Amino acid sequence: MSGKELRCYEDLPPSPVTHDSSLVFKTGSWRTMRPVISKEKCKLCGFCWKFCPDVSIFEDSEGYPAVDYDYCKGCGICANECPFDAITMLEEDAI
Amino acid sequence: MASLKELTEREERLTGGHRLCAGCGASIIVRQILQATNYPVVVSCATGCLEVSTTIYPYTAWKNPFIHNAFENSAVTCSGAEAMFRAKKRTGEIPADKKVKFIAFGGDGGTYDIGIQSLSGAMERGHDMLYVCYNNEAYMNTGIQRSSATPLGAATTTSPAGTVIPGKKEYPKDLTEVMAGHHLPYVCQASPGYFQDLIKKVETAMEIEGPKFMNTLSPCPRGWRHANDAAIRISKLAVDCCFWPLYEVRNDTYALTGQSKLIADGKKEKVPLAEYLKPQGRFKHLLAPKNKELLDSIQEEVDRRWERLVKLSKL
Repeated sequence: MSGKELRCYEDLPPSPVTHDSSLVFKTGSWRTMRPVISKEKCKLCGFCWKFCPDVSIFEDSEGYPAVDYDYCKGCGICANECPFDAITMLEEDAI
Repeated sequence: MASLKELTEREERLTGGHRLCAGCGASIIVRQILQATNYPVVVSCATGCLEVSTTIYPYTAWKNPFIHNAFENSAVTCSGAEAMFRAKKRTGEIPADKKVKFIAFGGDGGTYDIGIQSLSGAMERGHDMLYVCYNNEAYMNTGIQRSSATPLGAATTTSPAGTVIPGKKEYPKDLTEVMAGHHLPYVCQASPGYFQDLIKKVETAMEIEGPKFMNTLSPCPRGWRHANDAAIRISKLAVDCCFWPLYEVRNDTYALTGQSKLIADGKKEKVPLAEYLKPQGRFKHLLAPKNKELLDSIQEEVDRRWERLVKLSKL
């Protein structure tokens, strides 16, 4: 079913089985506050990754955590739980 | 327990793009549970926030097999899949040494209220599965109606705090104890804030054959009226004030674990209940001077349940 646009019920498959990943939905558009990670302060503890409800923290090429802004909803749990205050929440409009 | 570094190397089985609210506790719990095991898993899920927002047709946020049936029968759906798996092993369609773990998820509505008969049945029949209740203490998906897991004094849309009643009038049912009464090989209570404890419990459960039950507190920013970023902080406070003790029951033997064990041993201080209630809008009225007596009586009940648990853990 991939790639086919859903316009009416006839476009749906006959059995109620899901085929596609929800990754097509970029929930990043919900965000009003943006987490920004400071590499100077980060001690690589991994708590931001552990507590992220949206699976939006990944390892960048240098091994530091980075935010996947396509899916991050900006809840701020990572900034709140970071023991080293390495994550700050900035307003989306200000960026 | 696997180290955090080892956990990061495991495959994520829940993807982003699900439509749970920002700061929801349910997806944090699901991630922690699925990361805790290397086995292939089959997940069934009761109707609820987790189900509707991760599997909006025809898309899914799950990378493992996922079954949804109805509100009340997450546990039996999972038990049926498990029975079929065993049957196919007998007939030789599936190799006899193949290991697959079966996990059923349900919210507190689908576990405490609507699904309790199917849960009780599946556990009693001894299916090899883990049932996880992510307990957000009300019917959040349909608009914050009270459930039998809602604590006394919490304001919900069907028990609004005002001049007539100060929020819900009844104490919540203790489902973990109900399940312990089934004399299962493993029953436990966990909180996503103390993730080492939660992961250790899942690892233990995965190595035990037979029915297992896990009850986890799942903060809900929308229903509990707390800040988006406070879910983990609140789930830790719930344990610190002994409102939500961390413990496990293995073959009828009680044991406090993690932070709760430290509190019982006097190594960590017990926090007053008010500290847990403060960040949550649903308990705002309890902190007003006119409800002081009610707050004191809730504190007494929390202490009474905690003391009882401490006694049980010493048996």
